[in-house]
Amino acid sequence: MVGKLLVRGMLAGLVAGALAFVFGKLFGEPSIGNAIGFEEAHASEPEGPELVSRAVQSGLGLAVAVIVFGIAIGGIYALVFALAHGRIGTTTAGASAVSLGVLGFCVVYLVPFLKYPANPPAVGEPDTIGQRTGDYFGMMLASIVFAVLAVVAYRALWQRLGGYPAGLLAGLGYVVLVAVCAALMPGVDEVPKAFPADTLWNFRVAAIGTQAVLWLVLALVFAPLAKRVLQAAPERPLAAVRQA
Amino acid sequence: MATHSVPATPAALPAIPIRQVAPWLIFAGVILLLAIYFISSEQGALAMFPGMSVHEFVHDGRHLLGFPCH
Repeated sequence: MVGKLLVRGMLAGLVAGALAFVFGKLFGEPSIGNAIGFEEAHASEPEGPELVSRAVQSGLGLAVAVIVFGIAIGGIYALVFALAHGRIGTTTAGASAVSLGVLGFCVVYLVPFLKYPANPPAVGEPDTIGQRTGDYFGMMLASIVFAVLAVVAYRALWQRLGGYPAGLLAGLGYVVLVAVCAALMPGVDEVPKAFPADTLWNFRVAAIGTQAVLWLVLALVFAPLAKRVLQAAPERPLAAVRQA
Repeated sequence: MATHSVPATPAALPAIPIRQVAPWLIFAGVILLLAIYFISSEQGALAMFPGMSVHEFVHDGRHLLGFPCH
């Protein structure tokens, strides 16, 4: 059953990645193009020969990157679904799938983005790439760990308080932990002085949109597929599972 | 005092035993994380292969998905 869920998660991720690519191509590429124009106009030394043409980067390269990312996220999402369904208080496969999609988008993407937002080309010092990559993944890891702790706390508090207060407290705990963590982690201030503000804004909105499309489509495509997998293999009592 | 409509624990539904999920999570998880590494970070902060062709090929996706690119 877990294998079936995994395959369906990866398929849903493929669809989600394809649609996220279309969104990114339409709404993200114009600001990437502007940013590269700025970069070339302000370059102190001429760029070396192009390894990959702009046409490939903004077409096939973007498609492969977003779709492979979608498939990988879809697979991990399906495995987390297999763990979470029946353990987080949701009563249907669809509710579990959509809850995890929204949670995944917020915890894995949106919260790290709020501290370390996506940057277009020309923004960011090449010398600090190691530091910025470490900080970004560190923030992402902290967000995921705090979210897991919040879910554990939610399950523990459920019996004493009921679902709604337990969820509220756990959510508040997550927000406090993640805010303290963000305040303690180093900031980044590397936007060139003359960089057009509207290009930066449009790029970042498009970046959020691309990930939002990816996670939302993933959850909505996965939900009915997961429902069918769970219905086709009705849970046997635990004793029967042990014997099998 | 507890009413029948409120489940005593969040586990209102039969869950998949963790022992069934764990092997998938470990093996598939590693491979899928490796795929994310190649999209997000290879030939950026870290490099398993020399050159910049992977970086340049996934360049736009890396920016748009929110990963530090260069």
